[in-house]
Amino acid sequence: MSTAITEKRPSTLRGASLPKWSPYAIAVGSVALGLGISAAAGLDSSIQWALMAGVLFVLGTYVISARVEGRRQAKDRVATALVWVAFLLAVIPLVSLVWSTVSRGVKVLDFYFLTHSMGLVADSEPGGGIYHAILGSLEQVGLATVIAAPIGVLTAIYLVEYGRGKLAKAVTFFVDVMTGIPSIVAGLFILSIMLMFDMQPFGFAGSLALAILMMPVVVRSSEEMLKLVPNELREASLALGIPKWRTILKVVIPTSIGGITTGIMLAVARIAGETAPVLLLVWGNSLINSNPFEGAQQSLPLYIYQQYANSAGAGAAYDRAWAASLTLIAFVMILNLVARGIARWKAPKTGR
Amino acid sequence: MAKRIDVSGLTAYYGSHKAIEDISMTVEPRSVTAFIGPSGCGKSTFLRTLNRMHEVTSGGRVEGKVLLDDEDLYGQGIDPVSVRREVGMVFQRPNPFPTMSIFDNVAAGLRLNGSYKKSELSDVVEKSLKGANLWNEVKDRLNKPGSGLSGGQQQRLCIARAIAVEPKVLLMDEPCSALDPISTLAIEDLIGELKERFTIVIVTHNMQQAARVSDRTAFFNLAAVGQPGKLIEIDETERIFSNPSVQATEDYISGRFG
Repeated sequence: MSTAITEKRPSTLRGASLPKWSPYAIAVGSVALGLGISAAAGLDSSIQWALMAGVLFVLGTYVISARVEGRRQAKDRVATALVWVAFLLAVIPLVSLVWSTVSRGVKVLDFYFLTHSMGLVADSEPGGGIYHAILGSLEQVGLATVIAAPIGVLTAIYLVEYGRGKLAKAVTFFVDVMTGIPSIVAGLFILSIMLMFDMQPFGFAGSLALAILMMPVVVRSSEEMLKLVPNELREASLALGIPKWRTILKVVIPTSIGGITTGIMLAVARIAGETAPVLLLVWGNSLINSNPFEGAQQSLPLYIYQQYANSAGAGAAYDRAWAASLTLIAFVMILNLVARGIARWKAPKTGR
Repeated sequence: MAKRIDVSGLTAYYGSHKAIEDISMTVEPRSVTAFIGPSGCGKSTFLRTLNRMHEVTSGGRVEGKVLLDDEDLYGQGIDPVSVRREVGMVFQRPNPFPTMSIFDNVAAGLRLNGSYKKSELSDVVEKSLKGANLWNEVKDRLNKPGSGLSGGQQQRLCIARAIAVEPKVLLMDEPCSALDPISTLAIEDLIGELKERFTIVIVTHNMQQAARVSDRTAFFNLAAVGQPGKLIEIDETERIFSNPSVQATEDYISGRFG
């Protein structure tokens, strides 16, 4: 065979392309360049070199790719680069928040901290703990859930299964309005009632305000979950001669229970971090008060606020505030994990 | 056990839209009646008026009479829930309850009606699954979810679920349209067996199927889109497919439609 045959015609389907490692190389290059420029110009903020590196990365990708691969591929690569930069920008605050909470929170977070109150400890001294705040949070949030979850789920069932005409529209409208109520307003509403009856602050009043905040969230999420149940299942059940209420109870709700539970858990996570109504209605307490129906109580978000506000810069109080923040984040995260577990466990099974 | 259906002057609406107009027919007990006709002519709507499922759709209402052995389904004081216990239904797409096992799916009708004895339940389930020709395929995995079965098995599971409550009449809304030819054959054989015990009404787009399974065939048509569907004729299946008395029926069956 002569060498002339091995001479290939250029393929019309295969153009020039950058090697696979090129995006990483461009990224490393633009970070190095960003660092170099800021060092040369004497800029000391890390935000400046990072922004510069980001801009250089996008520009560099476009220029290099346009020269080698052509404009269409360059646009494609720029879009990918923009997505990556946006992703990093979004992740930075999250990671830094978790990092600073964990690194500062673990200092005083131990068994003693979780099982003792601030009873005999002044805010500026070291020692003490958050047992009273955990107890208060659990009771207030628990009672709020006991009130809001059934009402919310039943409202959603009404809206999806029965609601027709003006009443359903009015309920939907007011649920929308309730979603927008600021937490402080819900607190003031309950406070005005308390003042009418000349009552002292107590935990359950906070629960009522939290229930107001929680209800619309539960209604909304449960409504969406119930709407996801195929109509065919309802019809199949009705066609068997099963009454509507039993159809809802035995077919519709079991099918959507995973989603409803997740919605409730997310609503709980949302109200667990509310400070304003607790500040107004429960007041806070450095002693252990396990009775939510009488006397001021503590709660985790309020504890964090008070440790920051009342300690006048004492290091011990700062440490306690961070440790309580870490506990609160862990509490919410555990709730979310539990919700996911329940959703997976209760999800309609498709296995063979 | 099977009951006769007598429909006279039946008109059904969706809100203000008239879907079917002035339909009268008789369905004999222990027979198979097939409904054929173009899409949108109201076959399924008419079928759903026979067990009061039409009114489940929002805006659905009905005028006229449906007599089930001399009792008007739309008469005063008639409970639609009891009507549906007498007149069962199988839908176009198999729809087993996803949260329930195969056993629970078949037992659902009895259990949720609250009218059963615990000791009888497993007998009823076995009998119904055997009746639906599904027993041999699922007897070793009754506790597995019903949604794990194949499409044809799921549809037979739905039939077992429907016959477990011992209805007098069984309505089938295109039960084979989502199934392959072999599952279709299984269900057609099953229809032949079930007609010994039930009155069966089946909607189908497959004319060979109507010719194979039914004793009588009703042809529905609509004058134009937006017009209500009407019953053109109902007769012995053999006559409809060989020598129909209305020209429109012959055109439809021979493919010269429109």
